[in-house]
Amino acid sequence: MIELENVAYSYGGGELFSEISLKLAPGSFHFLTGPSGAGKTTFLKLCYGALQPTDGQLRLFGADLRDMSRDDVALCRRRIGVVHQDCQFLDHLPVAENVALPLTVSGQDRPEELANLTDLMSWVGLTERANALPPELSGGERQRVALARALIMSPEVILADEPTGNVDWEMSQRLMRLLIELNRMGKTVVIATHDLGLIRATKAHVQSRVLRISNRRMQLAGADL
Amino acid sequence: MKSYVAILKRIFTRDAAADRVVPPTGTTARLTLFSAGAMAFLAVFALALSLAAGRLADRWGEELARTSTIRITAPTEQLSAQTEAALRVLETTPGVAAARALDDEEQRALLEPWFGPDLPVEDLPIPQLIEVTETEDGFDAEGLRLRLAAEVPNAVLDDHTRWRRPMIAAASRLRLMGWVCILLIVGAVGAMITLAANAALAANARVISVLRLVGATDDYIADAFVRRFTLRALTGAGVGTLIGLLAIIALPSIGDTGGVLTGLGFRGMHWVLPLLIPPFAAIVALLATQAAARRVLTELD
Repeated sequence: MIELENVAYSYGGGELFSEISLKLAPGSFHFLTGPSGAGKTTFLKLCYGALQPTDGQLRLFGADLRDMSRDDVALCRRRIGVVHQDCQFLDHLPVAENVALPLTVSGQDRPEELANLTDLMSWVGLTERANALPPELSGGERQRVALARALIMSPEVILADEPTGNVDWEMSQRLMRLLIELNRMGKTVVIATHDLGLIRATKAHVQSRVLRISNRRMQLAGADL
Repeated sequence: MKSYVAILKRIFTRDAAADRVVPPTGTTARLTLFSAGAMAFLAVFALALSLAAGRLADRWGEELARTSTIRITAPTEQLSAQTEAALRVLETTPGVAAARALDDEEQRALLEPWFGPDLPVEDLPIPQLIEVTETEDGFDAEGLRLRLAAEVPNAVLDDHTRWRRPMIAAASRLRLMGWVCILLIVGAVGAMITLAANAALAANARVISVLRLVGATDDYIADAFVRRFTLRALTGAGVGTLIGLLAIIALPSIGDTGGVLTGLGFRGMHWVLPLLIPPFAAIVALLATQAAARRVLTELD
């Protein structure tokens, strides 16, 4: 799905990380951890084509990111659901329309797809908030709206950046259960988090691998977690 | 060209949901509408000016080229004899289609605007005028002057070229100025829409990044803005053109005697031309917004 080969990324001279080689296989479940500033968010941005690696090769669904046009990247994003750390919405549109936005922009806002929207909204427990505007939502609600929006196109890959950052323990458990359920449905899941407790609690329910970025390298974390 | 047809098609068929992804902006919309309307209003007048000046230049060129005047200044008792002599000369001049001495009534009508009615023309030493109509080929003005000098020494031939040329030149220049005005108006509309579109795109940078994140293509995002500004320009220019046309119709007319100013307006098929202003403004807006969107979108990511 997403393959990295000796990928490096540098910000204006300073190297963030390098020599990352990794294949995200279909149906895999990865945690991405590391100290803040290590490049977790940058890594995810590389994975959905928002950034170009400064060195090495990155393939999205078999195509080299360097050879992809802006439109190719846009089409790829319809197959990758992204949950941002600071969830961004269109603040002038109600929650339901924000969740359906990927359908709207890809011209798939047909009635049968919109039926899925109702199911999805109730699955993330937002049916009653469907007509609220994003600025009226709590942090946890925003995270769930972002997750619903990432899922509406039924993507093959879900990339989540600190999806439990703004929510309490109970809510984070609920979000994780949603993601585990999606993984059981065959989706590839990558979750960036610095919350080791969350990783431990989740590992009991799903076969997952933990990737750790530190000292500008990515390592597979061992059983010590 | 084909791609623009496709864009126009998208603009007028895309559903309302796509329009909603960009938040509405009241002030920009109103200012764009107003500017497009004002420019269209001015364009109507520039167009009318160009067409009227063109008509005038054509008319002067046509009519005045075909006529000349002979003026005979002589003591009253010799006047009719000399007129007779001049007419005889003209009858035998090749290139003269007709020659006719103006009668007192006509001469009085010519002087009336300056001296008022009831001028006792008979008692005044007024020169006799002979109106000469030329054939297609025209006559040899120099040859005629020489013959007249020999036979009717008091006759002066005026073939109008002396003042016709600068008049036609002036009218042509006026027409050119009209077209230059239209070009400037087109440029100003393009510049104004570009500025407005740039402002709208910059103000919506966050919206654009959200749209990119969820998989919107550049075309989709650009269209949302292009559609807006094209429709605004079309509406504004439509209203401006309508008001401009009403103003032209309402201009006081003083008939055929008027010059370029009072002749301002449209004749016959020319009424179709101002109706092209709104669609033309829409095309200018489309191109300007598209260029701005394309530039901003590649800069944003």
